[in-house]
Amino acid sequence: MIRRAVAWLDNRTGVEKAVKNFLYEEIPASSGWRNVLGSVAVFCFLVQAFTGILLSFNYAPTPGEAYNSLKYIVTEVTGGRLIRGLHHWGASMMIVVVVLHMAQVFLWGAYKKPREATWIAGIVLLLITLGFGLTGYLLPWDNRAYWGTVVATRIAANSPGIGPYLSRLLGGDGAIGVVTFARFFALHVLILPPLTLLLIGVHVYLVRKHGVAPAAGDTAPKKKFHPEQVFRDTIAIFVAFAALFMLAALIDVPLGRLADPTDTSFVPRPDWYFLWLFQMLKFFEGPFEVIGSHILPGLAVLALVATPFIDRGAMRRVTERTVAGGVLLLAFIGLAGLTAAAIRSTAKTQDSAFETDGPQDWQQLSPEELAGIGHYRRENCVSCHATGGGGARIGPELTGTATRKSAAWMIAHFKSPQRMVPGSSMPPIQLTDSQLNTLAAFLLKLNPRNAKALYSAPQLAVEGAMVYQQYGCAVCHQANGAGMKIGPPLNGLSQRRSREWIEEHFANPQKLSPASVMPAYKLTPRESDRLTSYLLALP
Amino acid sequence: MIAGALSLPAAMYLLVPPRGRKESEWIETGEVSHLPLRTPEEVFFRRNRVDGWKVTSEKVTAWVVRMSEQDVVAYVPQCTHLGCAYHWDARTGNFLCPCHSSAFSIEGQVLAGPAPRPLDRYQAKVAGRKLLIGPIAGAKS
Repeated sequence: MIRRAVAWLDNRTGVEKAVKNFLYEEIPASSGWRNVLGSVAVFCFLVQAFTGILLSFNYAPTPGEAYNSLKYIVTEVTGGRLIRGLHHWGASMMIVVVVLHMAQVFLWGAYKKPREATWIAGIVLLLITLGFGLTGYLLPWDNRAYWGTVVATRIAANSPGIGPYLSRLLGGDGAIGVVTFARFFALHVLILPPLTLLLIGVHVYLVRKHGVAPAAGDTAPKKKFHPEQVFRDTIAIFVAFAALFMLAALIDVPLGRLADPTDTSFVPRPDWYFLWLFQMLKFFEGPFEVIGSHILPGLAVLALVATPFIDRGAMRRVTERTVAGGVLLLAFIGLAGLTAAAIRSTAKTQDSAFETDGPQDWQQLSPEELAGIGHYRRENCVSCHATGGGGARIGPELTGTATRKSAAWMIAHFKSPQRMVPGSSMPPIQLTDSQLNTLAAFLLKLNPRNAKALYSAPQLAVEGAMVYQQYGCAVCHQANGAGMKIGPPLNGLSQRRSREWIEEHFANPQKLSPASVMPAYKLTPRESDRLTSYLLALP
Repeated sequence: MIAGALSLPAAMYLLVPPRGRKESEWIETGEVSHLPLRTPEEVFFRRNRVDGWKVTSEKVTAWVVRMSEQDVVAYVPQCTHLGCAYHWDARTGNFLCPCHSSAFSIEGQVLAGPAPRPLDRYQAKVAGRKLLIGPIAGAKS
């Protein structure tokens, strides 16, 4: 019955013959473990395609939504964190495997006549793989993504001659926004994948056409792809997948803070496989920058393309290919050295404000409590008090205060410490009552578990909350459950309004919402910036 | 094995409902005394709905019937057959669905047509003199 069905299928489609053709391809007797890397690379691509499609089922490719939808994937969707981990680490693995595959071909001289075209198709595939990395880097739309891409588009814009056109094509005309995002996304999911498939097709066709390159002096009769080599490929793929799965399951991929074009403290750093290029740029300044950003990488690609035309001698044993081995070794040492230098010279930016566990503790504080952190910092309380590991130990530890003291006690204590605690060496705090209230509110919220996270709340947002308190926004608006409901609630504002809209709205509410009863606020640019940053950070 | 390791998380990723914020809030929709006895009124209110990564505030309607002084029923305004919006027909004293002619009594029971079950209800309660409407009764959340 089954045999008849198979026979019918083969008769109508020729599938059995195709599979047999594939499995019983003749390969040189000298083929071995070194030849598995190509198959592993294709496998990596398939994993990327599969996990990429899954991610896209829950991902909204616009700057306004991308970050939130990705956060939703990793914090709420079942298995979302794993899928994203597979996609993230899979990208790195694919680059490693493709480069190793190339290194192997280079070392064995497998690019030699008649396999030049196969080699060149492989180079294009390498470039496409790097293109995937570059375009995919922007898509989480966190600070890392944003600033990394700012640098990348600037480099493109500085290309000699075609720079301005390239910049326009990438939508990076001036700033990175919706257009750049849409184009990176289109490149990443619509253009590069079919291009990759096409080139894999060409590459594999050429491999089949010329046959797998035999090692020098291999005159033994050919063997079949199946079963020995199929077995090796399967084992290699399995090992690669197991490693990838472990990485994805065990190491969390960070999702940084939401992209913030005004964050001047962020030091952009590309993904590890571009670090060598990043470092090289530092050696060339001013008009010479183009040497590091374009000319040297361009020459490197050209050198790769030219390799089979320069090295045209007869096949030699791999152990005799000392020049090729030396070149490869030098290239690896150079790349590794540049990468290491880049890692050493740029401090890893502290950008784990949002862990993957949803909104951070500080984001869930009321504006009053968050403003309290600001006063805590401004009054330099930490010079005497310890909170969660940081700070000196002159005064008492404050993380347990909430369980011992009331707000009224604290405020009385702030005003005249000695009256409440005879013998205390604490100076009175010179703040208004409402400011002291915020300080007490913050201390009441503090406990040993959240102390570190609360105290690491970004200064931008903290200052924003102080502005929020200063202007009494809570009289009309609600944020994180505190405040009145006369005006619209402010949570989720980042999903509804842009930064520009909010800032303009402070100055002239009726211009943007005619029916609004909100008075205009003359904020200084700094106040406006901090307040907006804070409002946009509300979950 | 690889297929399994990939497809099992994939299936869970697509099929298991996301663990999330469940909104089960009660919304005040007005004074009970404004509702006439045993005459359905269409009541509008706003509620937050969790939609993937977004929480949207949306307008919701309910057909509210005050059965007695303190007993109020709020029907979900979609026919239980295929989700068309039905209306109250004062002449016959029934809810009528325009799509496939289902008819429901004022108690929500099916009188005619293809509707498979009585009208769905929101949880409703009277607190003081206010009518509060909650999530759909019997829904998983």
